[in-house]
Amino acid sequence: MLTMIGKRLMFAIPSLIGVVIVTFLLTRALPGDPAAYFAGPAATKEAVEQIRKKLGLDRPLIEQFFRYTNDLAHGDFGNSLTTGQPVAAEIRNRLPASAELTLLGLFVSIVIAIPLGVLAATRPGSWIDHLCRVTTTAGVSLPVFFTGLVLVYVFYFRLGWSPAPLGRLDVFYSAPPTVTGFYLIDTLIARDAEAFRSALSQLILPATTLAVFSLAPIARMTRASMLAVLASEFVRTARASGLSPSTVIVTYAFRNAMLPVITTLSMVFSFLLGANVLVEKVFAWPGIGSYAVEALISSDFAPVQGFVLTMAVMYVLLNLVIDILYGVIDPRVRLEG
Amino acid sequence: MKRRDFLKSVSGLAAGAALPAMPSVISSAKADARSETLLIVSEGGPNNLDIHGVGTNVPGYEVSWNCYDRLISHEMKSGPGGVPYYDRDKFKGELAEDFRIDDMSVTFKLKKNAKFHDGTPVTAKDVKWSLDRAVSVGGFPTFQMSAGSLTKPEQFVVVDDYTVRVDFLKKDKLTIPDLAVIVPCIVNSELVKKNASEKDPWGLEFTKQQTAGSGAYKVTKWTAGTEVIMERNEDWVGGPLPKIKRVIWRMVPQAGNRRALLERGDADISYELPFKDFQEMKANGKLNVVSLPFSNGIQYIGMNVTKPPFDNPKVRQAIAYALPYQKIMDAVLFGLGNPMFGAPKDKATEVAWPQPHKYNTDIEKAKALLSEAGYANGFETTISFDLNFAGVNEPLCVLVQESLAQIGIKTTINKVPGANWRTELNKKEMPLFTNVFSGWLDYPEYFFYWCYHGNNSVFNTMSYKSAEMDKLIDGARTAAASGDKAAYDADVKGFVNLAFTDIPRIPLYQPFVNVAMQKNISGYQYWFHRRLDYRAMAKG
Repeated sequence: MLTMIGKRLMFAIPSLIGVVIVTFLLTRALPGDPAAYFAGPAATKEAVEQIRKKLGLDRPLIEQFFRYTNDLAHGDFGNSLTTGQPVAAEIRNRLPASAELTLLGLFVSIVIAIPLGVLAATRPGSWIDHLCRVTTTAGVSLPVFFTGLVLVYVFYFRLGWSPAPLGRLDVFYSAPPTVTGFYLIDTLIARDAEAFRSALSQLILPATTLAVFSLAPIARMTRASMLAVLASEFVRTARASGLSPSTVIVTYAFRNAMLPVITTLSMVFSFLLGANVLVEKVFAWPGIGSYAVEALISSDFAPVQGFVLTMAVMYVLLNLVIDILYGVIDPRVRLEG
Repeated sequence: MKRRDFLKSVSGLAAGAALPAMPSVISSAKADARSETLLIVSEGGPNNLDIHGVGTNVPGYEVSWNCYDRLISHEMKSGPGGVPYYDRDKFKGELAEDFRIDDMSVTFKLKKNAKFHDGTPVTAKDVKWSLDRAVSVGGFPTFQMSAGSLTKPEQFVVVDDYTVRVDFLKKDKLTIPDLAVIVPCIVNSELVKKNASEKDPWGLEFTKQQTAGSGAYKVTKWTAGTEVIMERNEDWVGGPLPKIKRVIWRMVPQAGNRRALLERGDADISYELPFKDFQEMKANGKLNVVSLPFSNGIQYIGMNVTKPPFDNPKVRQAIAYALPYQKIMDAVLFGLGNPMFGAPKDKATEVAWPQPHKYNTDIEKAKALLSEAGYANGFETTISFDLNFAGVNEPLCVLVQESLAQIGIKTTINKVPGANWRTELNKKEMPLFTNVFSGWLDYPEYFFYWCYHGNNSVFNTMSYKSAEMDKLIDGARTAAASGDKAAYDADVKGFVNLAFTDIPRIPLYQPFVNVAMQKNISGYQYWFHRRLDYRAMAKG
């Protein structure tokens, strides 16, 4: 197992090097001149040049690249010009916010989509099958920012059930001391029930938005995979042997149907991280998605590079976890192969 | 955390939640905090708390304005609609108790009881160090100081512990006003020097993260891109103690949500909303919406006069007759702007800026002028705008495109990303574009110096060069410095007239700064920088 993990991580190194080079070149190829942007509205040519020198942008590209990789090797991602903070610190502070939201969204989505998919597969053509089809189609057709805005409009503006979409906590609460960075967990550790409730109520709408968006692939994949498994011979044998329908479906069929669902989950998780960008904008969520977009808009190289790099590392780890999960679910999958 | 501890904490939590009294106690404490707290929501937040920093953005100016003091500031007067408006010509001391303007210098006596946030007294050496810093760090602050002929550290002289003299390099009417803008703020020199390094002699890294001033507020927490929290400085001597104890400034990127927050009563103040929202909020009357013209600001259509066809004044006049002025006012701004067009034919030019020109939408006249210029069949060109302000620029350009098509000019719209806009302006190659310019210092010659002078600053976006224009602008500056009113008036009228006949840029309107706030918020003041001054505000 350990050698396998080690091997997989080794394979990831060339792709990470590739990511470093490509992001560096891409950000340099962006239109726009950060020096002119940051010199402010009333800058003269000399002022722009002064800024360029300060930022080290007057050096040849290759020298900039070596400096950048050298800094990276020392764990320094550079400084963001738009927020004025070190990128590594910002990503460290913001990643938990995004992760908490995405994981909760994914969790809600799984809790709804998998039973829905299983039920739809066991009764194809029934009303529950149609319900599954309609909800998932609707969910995937609505752009996330639209769903988000509608939810805010209905539940905050009209009904007033939901708190103001102002980020992770009500304005008048202070954040719990950081342990994991996940407010739901940190507030519990700090035994602050009010803050926990506030953090949870702030999370509901954005997490629902993400869940609605990701229902479709999970439910559809569960349904298709279940249908295939239910039609297979071992299920027929199990049924013929007189096992109860729940045993057949849960123990025999479902476990076997899980593999493609897990693959889909990893894909869904990665595109939820992308969809996060818009949800974070709508709910003023202090995550890494909105951070990266703002940086991109202002030609701020360092955060964009940091963001892409973090994402790349996360994908590598995610794939690793999924591969390990395969082995756990299906012993036939031989990982060393 | 061990499993047992976890279980304990969970059961403890359940017990806590079961106590019905607890949440209500907290909520009433919350309500008290609310009444003394101002909650501001806006799209963007500061990237640096120090205006002397590299690339400090406009929201950063707001922090500097409220957390640092200057030697002097402006008095207030009653502006349009009775809203307090800064008085361009009247100054009062902020850190200075008293100041005396002589022929070639100005001397400031400092308030003896003024203290920085950490308790050290404000002395003359802090003032000198801060002004030295402003003229030395380079970039925007140094540039802004030079607009008032403040360029050399030798100009700032410590007379004694509480007296500072600023020597003039030359007579310049803008020197005193330039000492009242945001840039010449007074910094706690001892504290910053302690945190400076060889690479960073002015301690910019330190002041980027925290405020080191003597102002009415101090930043207690700043999470870039998320929120800024400021607390009142109880020992402030720059003016009467502000009523607001705490300011929470949250960044809410979605304009729709900012409006929802205001209408639900959760946020106290917001700006940067679409004009349509402001118009609707004004109409339904639940909130207070203040709309005031940008001082010395104009949105315009500019033309590159170095290249055909816009090198021909006739073509430029034709365009000026073809623009859909009124449609822009109605459909783009929803009336929230001052028209800068269509002055009566017989109206005399005033000694003021901005003032409306005499062009009006007249397609026939435009066609005639265009054929006179030899473009009877029109031509093709591109109109560019800054995507950062797409809310106004995009519909505006579409209307212009539509209107120019009527006189045979085919235009393609070129949307330039915000990061790229400054670069494009600097290149001076865009043939036709819309942009806005507004000067902190509200003097006609200041505006013209940047926008029309042949020294071709970045704001002379048209690359306009005219010996006559330069003579008039320079003349007005000299006349202003020497106090020769007759010559000054003649020169100002002269350059305004010339700008309108030569028309390298066509003024459209004077934009409004719009701020929406709850009815219980009072004390909003308009400042040249157009950001909020919390010091005068009150709630309830």
